[in-house]
Amino acid sequence: MHNKTLSELSALLHNGDITSVELTKHFLNRIKTHNGNLNAFISITEESALAQAAAADKQFAEKTAGKLTGIPMAHKDIFCTKGVRTSCASKMLDKFIAPYDATVVEKIAASGMVMLGKTNMDEFAMGSSNETSFYGPVKNPWDIERVPGGSSGGSAAAVAARLTPVATGTDTGGSIRQPSSLCNLTGLKPTYGRVSRYGMIAFASSLDQAGPMAANAEDAALLLNVMSGFDERDSTSVERDVPDYTANLNDSLEGLRIGLPKEYFGEGLSPEVAVTIEAAIKEFEKLGATVKEISLPNTALAIPTYYVVAPAECSSNLSRMDGVRFGHRCDDPKDLLDLYQRSRGEGFGDEVKRRIMIGTYALSAGYYDAYYLKAQKCRRLISDDFQQAFEEVDVIMGPTAPTTAFKLGDKTDDPVAMYLADIYTINTNLAGLPGMSVPAGFAGGLPAGLQIIGNYFDEARLLNVAHRYQQVTDWHKQIPTAFQ
Amino acid sequence: MSLDKSDVEKIAHLARLAIDESTIPDYARDLNNILTLVEQMSAVDTNEVSPMAHPLDAHQRLREDVVTETDQRELFQSIAPKTEAGVYLVPQVIE
Repeated sequence: MHNKTLSELSALLHNGDITSVELTKHFLNRIKTHNGNLNAFISITEESALAQAAAADKQFAEKTAGKLTGIPMAHKDIFCTKGVRTSCASKMLDKFIAPYDATVVEKIAASGMVMLGKTNMDEFAMGSSNETSFYGPVKNPWDIERVPGGSSGGSAAAVAARLTPVATGTDTGGSIRQPSSLCNLTGLKPTYGRVSRYGMIAFASSLDQAGPMAANAEDAALLLNVMSGFDERDSTSVERDVPDYTANLNDSLEGLRIGLPKEYFGEGLSPEVAVTIEAAIKEFEKLGATVKEISLPNTALAIPTYYVVAPAECSSNLSRMDGVRFGHRCDDPKDLLDLYQRSRGEGFGDEVKRRIMIGTYALSAGYYDAYYLKAQKCRRLISDDFQQAFEEVDVIMGPTAPTTAFKLGDKTDDPVAMYLADIYTINTNLAGLPGMSVPAGFAGGLPAGLQIIGNYFDEARLLNVAHRYQQVTDWHKQIPTAFQ
Repeated sequence: MSLDKSDVEKIAHLARLAIDESTIPDYARDLNNILTLVEQMSAVDTNEVSPMAHPLDAHQRLREDVVTETDQRELFQSIAPKTEAGVYLVPQVIE
């Protein structure tokens, strides 16, 4: 039951072969069995899940059910869920019960899907290994001594172990795509502005974007259909119609022009991952695509630029956590300054504090031009590289991450080494482009993802490209032995 | 440039973060490593480049000036650490 696609589950539910309550219990039982090992969930919302499932079953009885009605899913714990703890994996919000639903949560609930719980993540989405969570690291289902990637590591592990059919993630510098690569998932970061950020706890507002994490491209398309759309409550949301992302999944790839940026295949890329990606590209040639080498000359600027923009914006966003209106508050503050300083000092973990301090420094008097303004200019250069490339090619392909999953603890002592895990994903966020990771094979027994990057609002094409590849390969169907 | 102990203390104060005295050398090392990484930006000439704030160069929308939010004080204050008579309580700031 847990190895079925969303369409297969939908058919079973609509035919009356299974009820949503039965399906929901099946996944809740899997969570109970495996979560102790994986630590993929922070909160399991059994009671409300069963109530939502019962409501879905009523819709089936009344013949008002939609395509996704009654199918379980999980939300990254960065999305506000009314009446349910929304922790962002931080001690700061350990007891925070959100007073409203994020737009994404609202839309998915309106589609009739059942929320099983809230998944673990790096604290405030700051990390690439899920090791900065206040609730402890998530383990990779492919090897529990290894990280699942981050920051959406809980969502990735949960879908990879089939504890939920699909999950939501967010991606500020690779946080959907890199864990998808490390856990053998199909994950998509949409164009900036495609999915509402309302109620999604902000990390770096000019980069954050939510998207689906799924077992295959069709499932991702179905979830993206529900998540996307204009929202007047998000001032950066884009007013543009949402196509049916499943409509073009089967389009031919004959004549598709693929660009391979030479900067993505150089130093730093694990040779084993390179071999996997090259084999995937060959499949696309068999499907009728043409391949050419391109250049994104400012690729090396992406990480330096990101580590100004993201910390600067986070230092501003996280200033709302002041121990006054919500969140952690220290005991017996002696004055207002002490209240702020100790509440924040106790509530935030090390990586969050590091980034707040870098951002505070970059935005402090006299440094704005040298850091934030300079970074915004570099951002333009990075974005221009892509636009130039898209004059010659339809999609860009390369590895999602430079290596397969690394061991827990391997990079925790060296923040800069950790940052390099996102070297191929960050520039897409800086440019605001959609990007995807698709299972492309295994290196040393661990999954490796192929990244596909498209031009603005080209999500349908990315999904089409991924889907056609998944018709001729079965990497995405591989499930770790212990969770079959 | 390189940050020293007093720089770290100053930044922590600006950010309203209490950090343990014993951890300052670690923060100084990590922050300096990050700034060294960031310095790579200076290798490119950006004099003629316009800064990019939004990937799609969008601008702020305007809406009718009408009330859209209702008063939810009780709901919002139910999650506050300390309130009394509808206000948030903090240590005394005015003598």
